[in-house]
Amino acid sequence: MGLANDKSIAWGVAQACAEAGAELAFSYQGEQLLKRVGPLAESLGSDFVVPCDVGDPASLDALFDRIKEVWGGLDFVVHAIGFSDKSELRGRYVDTSPENFRMSMDISVYSFTAVMQRAEKLMNEGGAALTLTYYGAEKVMPHYNVMGVAKAALEASVRYLAEDLGKDGIRVNAISAGTIKTLAASGIGDFRYIMKWNEYNSPLRRNVTQEEVGKSALYLLSDLGSAVTGEVLHVDAGYHVVGMKAVDAPDITKA
Amino acid sequence: MADDIETRVRKIVVEHLGVEEEKVTENASFIDDLGADSLDTVELVMAFEEEFGIEIPDDAAETIQTFGDAVKFIKDAQ
Repeated sequence: MGLANDKSIAWGVAQACAEAGAELAFSYQGEQLLKRVGPLAESLGSDFVVPCDVGDPASLDALFDRIKEVWGGLDFVVHAIGFSDKSELRGRYVDTSPENFRMSMDISVYSFTAVMQRAEKLMNEGGAALTLTYYGAEKVMPHYNVMGVAKAALEASVRYLAEDLGKDGIRVNAISAGTIKTLAASGIGDFRYIMKWNEYNSPLRRNVTQEEVGKSALYLLSDLGSAVTGEVLHVDAGYHVVGMKAVDAPDITKA
Repeated sequence: MADDIETRVRKIVVEHLGVEEEKVTENASFIDDLGADSLDTVELVMAFEEEFGIEIPDDAAETIQTFGDAVKFIKDAQ
């Protein structure tokens, strides 16, 4: 859920899962995205493409009913969905409007819980779920604003979901991905500068790719990660351990 | 060099929107003439940024409506 185009992190995850032999279904929101998701799904041998607006309970019901009808069950689910009004992904967090705060929390946080309410009914022991988060949940990152607050809540919900569903052998994890230039990231101010900063200052001195997030996702979604739940795994070239600008990092100015 | 930019921009537009090369004229509007939707326009801007190693801020991206606008912006940014 949440594939937009071939730059999407969800695309890296889908490719890794397909390569490992997974049979995949894709949800999309609106015609604009169908145009993109359809061909990508097809390239992985899937024609199971279903519309879903995660803000609408009936739409979520319809998606999971359809999965039940076609597959009878579900081994894993990937939630790669977030939303905030672009105009509030710059400037000051303190100026966040109540409308956008609610919308961001609803679409970026609650939707994962709403998905799991339905997914758990289709999952057996060994089921796994994954959502995507970002370091802006833990520390202040420029312009991330209300999304940072939402991602912090999402990470907390991963822990509570892990506890609730763990009793049935279902695992729930998150990947905190490094900066990747996706369609969604294009809404974040000064993104190129942020990418450069990460490249110069992460322990691996580079950014990460969709494919690398895909490989880590495969570990968490498959039996390789069978004892891992409630975890937020950083796939960020190590950026989250850094406390200060690297001494060898060049000084950079904003574009 | 100037022609080169035009060729490269045209190639991106043709490939991304799946339109015929002849339709990508100076005044061709991505949305009105070339059938782009709002996500296409964002994707095109991202593709231009990648191809030319430049940053196109949001307020500038909004002014890039036609093929000619894109070429002009990229030429100025180089």
